[in-house]
Amino acid sequence: MATVATTINSPALARPFGRTLTIYAKEAKFEFLTRLRLRAFSLSTIGFPVMFYILFGLVLNGKEAAVNGTHFATYLIATFGTFGVMGASLFGTAAGLATERGLGWLQVKRASPMPPFAYFAAKVVMSMIFSAAVVLSLFALGVTLGGVHLTAMQTMKLLGILVAGSLPFCAMGLAIGYFAGPTSAAPIIQLFYLPLSVCSGLWVPLMLLPKVLQQFAHFLPPYHLAQLALGVVGAEQQESAASHWVVLIGFTLICLGVARIGFQRDEGKTYG
Amino acid sequence: MLATMPEIQELRDVRSHSSRTVVAQLRQVSKTFGVVHALRNLDFSVRAGELLALLGPNGAGKTTAVKLFLGLMRPTAGTVNVFGGNPIHAEVRTRIGAMLQVAKVPETLKVREHIDLFSSYYPRPLPQAETVAIAGLQEIKDRPFGELSGGQKQRVLFALALCGDPDILFLDEPTVGLDVEARRLLWEQIRKLVGRGKTILLTTHYLEEADALADRVAVINRGEIIAEGTPSEIKAKTCGRRIRCVSSLDIETLQSFPGVAEVKRDRDIYEIRVAEAEPVLRELLLRDAAVRDIEVVGAGLEEAFLALTQNGSSEPQTSGRQ
Repeated sequence: MATVATTINSPALARPFGRTLTIYAKEAKFEFLTRLRLRAFSLSTIGFPVMFYILFGLVLNGKEAAVNGTHFATYLIATFGTFGVMGASLFGTAAGLATERGLGWLQVKRASPMPPFAYFAAKVVMSMIFSAAVVLSLFALGVTLGGVHLTAMQTMKLLGILVAGSLPFCAMGLAIGYFAGPTSAAPIIQLFYLPLSVCSGLWVPLMLLPKVLQQFAHFLPPYHLAQLALGVVGAEQQESAASHWVVLIGFTLICLGVARIGFQRDEGKTYG
Repeated sequence: MLATMPEIQELRDVRSHSSRTVVAQLRQVSKTFGVVHALRNLDFSVRAGELLALLGPNGAGKTTAVKLFLGLMRPTAGTVNVFGGNPIHAEVRTRIGAMLQVAKVPETLKVREHIDLFSSYYPRPLPQAETVAIAGLQEIKDRPFGELSGGQKQRVLFALALCGDPDILFLDEPTVGLDVEARRLLWEQIRKLVGRGKTILLTTHYLEEADALADRVAVINRGEIIAEGTPSEIKAKTCGRRIRCVSSLDIETLQSFPGVAEVKRDRDIYEIRVAEAEPVLRELLLRDAAVRDIEVVGAGLEEAFLALTQNGSSEPQTSGRQ
């Protein structure tokens, strides 16, 4: 009987930093291309928030309409921006992950020496790029058709907050992606996405909603992101920005914890 | 250009008997999923430079064995060893290429983009043009994956397995669902890899495929290896033929013929299980001028597995999968 390879020297994986960086960059680039070419994703991710913004912000209300003293079309850039970021992030991470996990593709990647984190980072980067695209589309519409005036500083701050606000929802998407099947992921996201958006005051400003919902909104992460965004245009509720950040960071960590359970289950550490 | 079939057969038989280093091994490995025993105390080695076919029916445990070798599953008991290490580690994985059964691959990426990405995972990948050439993808390298035919898709997955220039490749049912032509094309490409000195473990439920490609075949059924040997040895055991005839010779005489595995008598009809039909037929016609109603049938693979599980296994089959 042949004996086991007496430690055929397995070289330690000394992957130079530059090569690791290349992998991350390529992974993100191709993840972005995959999604961009997937019309069902790229068009609806940008199309829905834009459509709703046109409808609620530009058509149904005049250029001069205001809510609590804030220009309505400007107010809705912040809330529909949040709505768009949430959609891009949830669908960008959860739908892809659930499909690739459920239909065997992730396994092919896991069998390769790909750094596992590169796979997730790519999904997050891609979601952030789409988030930025949504927000910039809303800016363009608001400024050209909605009579929105934002200073350069406000524009940068709003864009920065909303794109960073993609992270909690990417984390949520990863958690969903690890526990949803390939076909059930999209319906499950919808189940969260639309009610969360409406109840957080993203479609109709919060003060126009019943008191009960206004109270309930405090438990919803999108509310807190929207409040941070509204803070840039001076339309926030009387709460400290720090409290919003705390909620969003806490929510992100909880979702990552759930996703980690799914990841370990797949890696066979928990059972099997 | 090519050696004739018998020559190839001989070459392979000689090669496989040489004692080579074991590069991948499952030692006393069991894997259970709840009450289902996918693998039972499996001892199984892959040697450097060989093409080993793991042959078995659906549900025999082939894919489970491959996933264990790839570190995608942990064994319930026993150890998995690839190049002296555990395949869950990235440094071991840089020497491994894998082709798995995938239901859906990102369809909007082009073939060359898939190869570009997977090549980047490995420290010393093949030049991409070479990967494309080996897998025969020149014509389709700019097409999106979703537009390819079944055979082309399998060749792309094959390309992803080989692009990192790994030392060992695990191919899980690479030709399942392909038509004859696509299958032969993939066979050719797998042979090219063997020619480059790669070690390959291939799973299949086609005996023909194992015979066409492998140096060594291990037959697996219900999570146990029930036979191991060169393709010709396995064929003798599994893919024998059955000769049916009416003869006046007695059963002991027939059993003494060369290559006869088993003789059964049903009324006046003999059923003789043999490795190869021709030598037995010659002998039969020579010894019994009155032999009649001769019929030669090939034993089916399912029958062959049955025969192997009855005769070839040292332990009797216990309860099957529940």
